[in-house]
Amino acid sequence: MVPGWSEKLRRNGFGWGLVLPSLLFLCLFTFYPMLKSVWLSMYEKNLATPEPLFVGFDNYVNLLNDQVFKKVFFNNIWFAIGTVPVSLVLAFLMALFADKAMKGRGLSRLAFFYPNMIPMIAVANIWLFLYTPHFGLFAKLASWIADQPVNLLGNPSTVMGALIFMMVWKEAGYFMIFYLAGMQQIPKDLYEAASVNGVGALAAIRRITIPLTMPTTLFVAVVAITNAFKLVDHLWIMTKGGPNNSSNLLLYYIYDTTFNFYDQGMAATMTVVMIALLLVISSLQFFGWDRKIHYE
Amino acid sequence: MLKQSKLILLLSLCATAAIAGCGQSNNTSTETGGNASQPSASTSASPEVKEPVEITFYYPVNVGGPLTKVIDSMASTFMDQHPDIKVKPVYTGNYGDNTVKIQAGVQAKQPPDVAVMMSTELYSMLDMNAIIPLDDFIAKDADIKMDDFYPAFIEDTQSEGKTYSLPFQRSTIVMYYNKEMFKAAGLDPEKPPTTWDELVTYAKQLNKDGHAGLEIPGNDDSYWMFQMLARQHAADPKQNIMSSDGKKAMFDTPENVEALQFWLDLSRKNKAMPEGVIDWATVPTDFIEGKTAMMMHTSGNLTNVRNNAKFEFGVAFPPADKQFGSPTGGGNLYIFKDRSPEKQAAAFEFAKYMTAPEQAALFSSSSGYVGVRKSAYDTDAMKKYTADFPQALVARDQLEYAFRELSTHNHGKVSTAITNQIQAALAGQIDAAGALKKAQEEADQALAPFNK
Repeated sequence: MVPGWSEKLRRNGFGWGLVLPSLLFLCLFTFYPMLKSVWLSMYEKNLATPEPLFVGFDNYVNLLNDQVFKKVFFNNIWFAIGTVPVSLVLAFLMALFADKAMKGRGLSRLAFFYPNMIPMIAVANIWLFLYTPHFGLFAKLASWIADQPVNLLGNPSTVMGALIFMMVWKEAGYFMIFYLAGMQQIPKDLYEAASVNGVGALAAIRRITIPLTMPTTLFVAVVAITNAFKLVDHLWIMTKGGPNNSSNLLLYYIYDTTFNFYDQGMAATMTVVMIALLLVISSLQFFGWDRKIHYE
Repeated sequence: MLKQSKLILLLSLCATAAIAGCGQSNNTSTETGGNASQPSASTSASPEVKEPVEITFYYPVNVGGPLTKVIDSMASTFMDQHPDIKVKPVYTGNYGDNTVKIQAGVQAKQPPDVAVMMSTELYSMLDMNAIIPLDDFIAKDADIKMDDFYPAFIEDTQSEGKTYSLPFQRSTIVMYYNKEMFKAAGLDPEKPPTTWDELVTYAKQLNKDGHAGLEIPGNDDSYWMFQMLARQHAADPKQNIMSSDGKKAMFDTPENVEALQFWLDLSRKNKAMPEGVIDWATVPTDFIEGKTAMMMHTSGNLTNVRNNAKFEFGVAFPPADKQFGSPTGGGNLYIFKDRSPEKQAAAFEFAKYMTAPEQAALFSSSSGYVGVRKSAYDTDAMKKYTADFPQALVARDQLEYAFRELSTHNHGKVSTAITNQIQAALAGQIDAAGALKKAQEEADQALAPFNK
């Protein structure tokens, strides 16, 4: 029987009513700014041209010739390569430990997770201090190794490493929580069956834990990669992208272009590029890797 | 089921209405604000009690110490004396954060009424059409006495014959030195280096016992330090690194290359300074903690150093090469467009108060910033302060050799271009000549639209 008109309205109305508040905010704060950026990226709008001037795809062409943008883009790729695999592996190991630890289980979980409870800006300030020449713990360690005072954040060759190190410290504990949840989903009888059949602990991890936490790995990897492209607060506090752009990342460069250079057209263009990039990364989850992964 | 669905629909409608309502109530409040102030202007002669004009005041703090308290208390004394004006002071972080907040406000047509901003923002604010000239206010007001301000500070308030701001939180670069370390190194603590050659010799001699001889900050606004060195080294005593109309940068002159080379040599060749980019914020800490014997820094940190250094320290002009020289720095008070005339008038009244001799003296003695007016130094408070602490006079005395900070159109791009290249040179990635050549190219590109 086909439901009547009023019945349809009632059902759909209920559904839409539930979705409406979120949808409203999503449109207001996500879709509208996105479309506005696409629109603005077609215009030249900066201090020299306060009234927007339509330039089509000129901004995109200029972006390809922008040395700083190229540098920032590759910085960001290096940053992702430096942070994502290491924090994933660390998170996995920490989760294994926190899952198995007999004594002090709660304490170890807390210890691993606490970097995520501190606000970003506070984290940046703590690490700024740790890297301060003469005073900071890591700065002292580095100068002991190098046998001379080292300014980790002031040197183009060390600044990226210092940021990657901090990011891994911050992210690994967060991802551990996902792994921990994933591991606790794995039925215990699998391990029991394995041990009855004389399979060693390492083999059990390789054959059972790793494959069965693959959905977690995928999810966490996507989050980690997008996070690597979204970092901005720490740069603002710690390096301002310097020295000479060697720690500058995409989002910070966009910020700088908007608020320091007042070049809104260019900033919009870069925003569009970045949105496209993030969409590609997260679509990998849906179209690529997802099919190859074993789900329960 | 029906009831529930209706309830939810109703709720979501309410939410929508509330959001729409926000925008509306905002509109009406600005409208009534405008309406309320118009009649008050026409009846300003009548003695009846009227609503006070409310103005918002944004200010940054860029040096150590509790300066927010000083500024807030200055604002509240102002309100005691002017019951018809209500000032809302808003501390906005450092200069960078402050500029971002103001810029966002300008775009949303909700700027503050009056704000402290870097003197170097003048052209950006003009290009954004965000500020008003103050000449009419100044002409009508007998109290303001513009010639009482130091000329070095007036320089960057003006463009094309109009005055756009009042000097407020102003500084120069001074050299701080640790007298005890001078003694320990066998140097006369009353004779700081006065020439580049002496600076190098002294710094080399002081660079021992686990502390550096000298530190010059090289991140953030490294162009400021570079400007100082460039001017000191210039054959023409009026040479600056940009044209006075802000449309041209002159970075890669042979003299400037030598000046930058001198900076690089301090660490690499002469081993008197730590290598690489030294952080702006850690330099004063290093000095206070005895990690460096001398530092070049803003005079704005004077009170911070005075309160925290546990040793005797001296303050001197940064040493001269061909002449002494320091760019001025810091912020001025700007008044914004798109505000009602009453608010703008109140804002000017407030700006005038904040820069009056007594307030300038108070602000200077509690921060180390230079008193912006000559008469500030004739007040009793200032006389007492400087008698106790003669170091505070150095920055003022230096005004004779002071000049305008790098200020151009498209200032963000131009200053970033030179800052980045100086950083690259300090980090050893590029030589002095190459760095300035690159900075020049980038600056020329950024300024091209303004030279059409």
